[in-house]
Amino acid sequence: MRKVLLWLPLALFGLLLGVMGHGILHPEQTTIPSKLVGTKVPQFELPAAVPSHPALTSRDLASGKPVLLNIFASWCLPCIAEAPVLEELKAKGVTIHAIAIRDKPEDVARFLTEHGDPYANIGSDVSSRVQISFGSSGVPESFVINGKGIIRHQHIGDIQAQDIPKILKALEEAR
Amino acid sequence: MIAELGLGLLWLAAGLAIIQSVLGMFGLWQTNRPDLGNAVRPVAVAQAVLIGMAFCCLIYLFIVSDMSVKLVAANSHSDKPMLYKVSGAWGNHEGSMLLWVAVLAMAGGGIALAERRVRRDTLIATLMAQGLLALGFYAFLLFSSNPFERLNPAPQDGQGLNPLLQDPGLAFHPPTLYFGYVGMSVAFSFAVGALITRDVGPAFARAMRPWVLGAWVMLTLGITAGSYWAYYELGWGGWWFWDPVENASLMPWLAATALLHSVTVLATRDALRAWTVMLSVVAFSMSMVGTFLVRSGVLTSVHAFAVDPQRGTFLLALMLIYIGGALALFALRVGTVREGAVFEPVSREAALVLNNLFLTVILGVVLIGTLYPIVAQGFGQQVSIGPPYFNPAAGSVALMLVVVMAAGPLMRWRSDSASKVLRRLAIPVAIGIVSLLVVRLLAPDMGVLPWLGLSTALLAGTGSIAPLWKRNLLQTPLFTWGMVVAHLGIAVALAGMAVDSAFYKERLVAVSEGETTEVGPFSVKLVSVEPVIGPNWTAIEATMEARRGDGRPFTLHPQARNYSTPPTDTSEAAITTHLDGQLYAVLGKQGKDGRWQLRLWWKPLVTFIWLGGFMIALGGLLALVGRVWRERRGARSAELAA
Amino acid sequence: MKAKKQRLILALLGLGAVIGAGLLAASGLKQEASFFYAPGDVVGSDLPLGKAVRLGGMVADKSIRHDPDGVTIHFIVEDGKAAVPVIFKGIAPDLFKEKSGVVAEGEFRADGAFIASNLLAKHDERYMPPELEGKMHKTGSLTS
Repeated sequence: MRKVLLWLPLALFGLLLGVMGHGILHPEQTTIPSKLVGTKVPQFELPAAVPSHPALTSRDLASGKPVLLNIFASWCLPCIAEAPVLEELKAKGVTIHAIAIRDKPEDVARFLTEHGDPYANIGSDVSSRVQISFGSSGVPESFVINGKGIIRHQHIGDIQAQDIPKILKALEEAR
Repeated sequence: MIAELGLGLLWLAAGLAIIQSVLGMFGLWQTNRPDLGNAVRPVAVAQAVLIGMAFCCLIYLFIVSDMSVKLVAANSHSDKPMLYKVSGAWGNHEGSMLLWVAVLAMAGGGIALAERRVRRDTLIATLMAQGLLALGFYAFLLFSSNPFERLNPAPQDGQGLNPLLQDPGLAFHPPTLYFGYVGMSVAFSFAVGALITRDVGPAFARAMRPWVLGAWVMLTLGITAGSYWAYYELGWGGWWFWDPVENASLMPWLAATALLHSVTVLATRDALRAWTVMLSVVAFSMSMVGTFLVRSGVLTSVHAFAVDPQRGTFLLALMLIYIGGALALFALRVGTVREGAVFEPVSREAALVLNNLFLTVILGVVLIGTLYPIVAQGFGQQVSIGPPYFNPAAGSVALMLVVVMAAGPLMRWRSDSASKVLRRLAIPVAIGIVSLLVVRLLAPDMGVLPWLGLSTALLAGTGSIAPLWKRNLLQTPLFTWGMVVAHLGIAVALAGMAVDSAFYKERLVAVSEGETTEVGPFSVKLVSVEPVIGPNWTAIEATMEARRGDGRPFTLHPQARNYSTPPTDTSEAAITTHLDGQLYAVLGKQGKDGRWQLRLWWKPLVTFIWLGGFMIALGGLLALVGRVWRERRGARSAELAA
Repeated sequence: MKAKKQRLILALLGLGAVIGAGLLAASGLKQEASFFYAPGDVVGSDLPLGKAVRLGGMVADKSIRHDPDGVTIHFIVEDGKAAVPVIFKGIAPDLFKEKSGVVAEGEFRADGAFIASNLLAKHDERYMPPELEGKMHKTGSLTS
């Protein structure tokens, strides 16, 4: 009994440390992952963001093979950092569709010229309405969608070089 | 140049901390080499001097706005008024960590210079512990948070201090809290030292007591000032939000309050030895937990410092070593500490035990509530824990504690009779019961907690003065006055909290210029709204004329203010203080119809809250001075007698 | 031995205090923890009535209406899946506007409306130190 009482404070402190350490490892989420992962893509039809690329509808995302949907904007700095990574994914055979939010055609065109153009279709979502319907809370954000239009994976923030294997794996599993 | 000098001094001080710890270890171990142990004292003093100089270097860099130093560039601006340039030195992570370690080292130096009563080996062990503590923070500073880092090329001007920190209250708030937190480290070091040398007794308690009292006074001041700052700066009329950072300062205070009562029992009655040691460790642990919560980003809050998980991890590691080490030492050694003096279930010692137990419960409730969101996240839940949890849980126990506070000083040491105690308490209890009924009759809608709180405050207020009855007031020792004032301060603060929360009046309206509105006993007229310019801000300012019944009118000038560096908007509330409360006015936005939103409060007796806080601190100060005086006199007459 | 017994009693009392705190905390947390809801979470399921909760989402375009009293606003919070009407009486923060994120603190009314006592608009930059500006993920704000 005495022994238990003696070491109890240390044990309680260990528990306290554990809680705080856990908090460090899993920081408070400042974004909420979309609850749509595992559900079908919301229905939408967006006009083309630039003349050089076709418009984007929800049907394009249920084309029979897995695709990557990238939500970006010309005014978004991390999207610039992400562009070469997307190029690499495209080089590996990934089909990347995009939604440009709150943007103007000339700015999107300039972005594509300056930073590269890995996209197939690009939809223009001027009011962010479709972005929200995806449960996306910011840019850049990407979704892996399978051939039937079911969202399989969500990547919040820019895709970095070290994330490529994860994205490829998600696409593989979405077959 | 000065930056390099500061960094050099920091390295030297760190080196001295190593020497202090090593000399201490060898001094304890090699008892045939007394010179080793004797050297610890001067080394501790030298360390304090060097780090003090390093901190002065940092302040100098801020005074001259040396933008080639990264910290100055990130946190200051040449347009800043001088007071805020200086306070900017500690208004950031690195600077405040440097302040922390400087206070830590200076406390060590202080012990080395002033402490004469405690056994030689205990003092060496204490200084060794203090040196080890400092080392962890030196490492933190030197390897991950260098305050003297250069920026090349140096920018034209700085990014400016956060305008919310440009405020006299907030300039002094961090230093007072740091003196408090770090003061707890002295208690911690003494506890570790006494455990090592198996010297837990009245001498150890007497040595520790002034440090605990001093640190506690600082914590009380820091919390009171912080509460008043939040009240007038955040514009919501509230004075405590149970925000994680507020809790980070409250938790050490709760532990320190328990500790300071326990230390007195050990010093005068040689009882509660194990409790005192444990509380010393707990109080400092809470200081470190508080520091961790504020800096690690684990919990978001309205006033967390720059968040960085890496810093958080470092602090966790330090805590593991220090607190874990101390608690292990406790488990191993406390068995060899002889039990203290025995006392009856009805006695002052018992009342103080009850006091400590209640404080522990409140501390536990606050700690769990503060950390719970982290636990919930682990299960994917996003929760927030706020006043609806804290107020009833902590408040109900606090009320019971305040009743014990009224009774305790009236009880005899060692053994007393319950009936005699009740007789001494007759008047305060009567006042409490009468006020319960009267308040209920006059204000039947009052919430339960404020109703009980006000009655308890009246009971405790009269009870706290009771020890002075039938005494020769001029012969009463200063430390007894201290106790009376501090306990009375608690009652005063509690009364303010109860009355304000139960009887405040709020008015939220949109008015045009020239229109009058009412709040509480005041009628307030919006005279005009004009743009104004300040030293580093522009604002829209309303001129409001208020009067109470037929009284003389007075003006209020609430503002909606914009700062440029960094771009921020604040709301500057206009507050006027009257004998029985405060009138609080906030300016909102202008609607499309030209009307201005106004939010007005009449807060009766709200000033009692901070008045009470200052009384508590004053009481502590009187007790501190009184004790030191008494012991000086005792030592001098012992010398004369020898 | 009286002294030993006293120490044991004191130790047990200390343990009791810790356990007591735990119990008090547990019961308080169960009742008063304030959960976060997005509009999509509440539509179709039981409303958490009578509890203080937080509701987060985007302020729907063209949904802000001002009452004649000049201080009450009505607006809609949506997340693409559902929309919740909100009523707030007070001074809205500067960053509160349509097509921007908001977190409202308050309670649900039985008819599905949310009565907000406090509004937090995203990136209340006033409290964010310079280090955090330009975070990698520019959140358009579904959160506080």
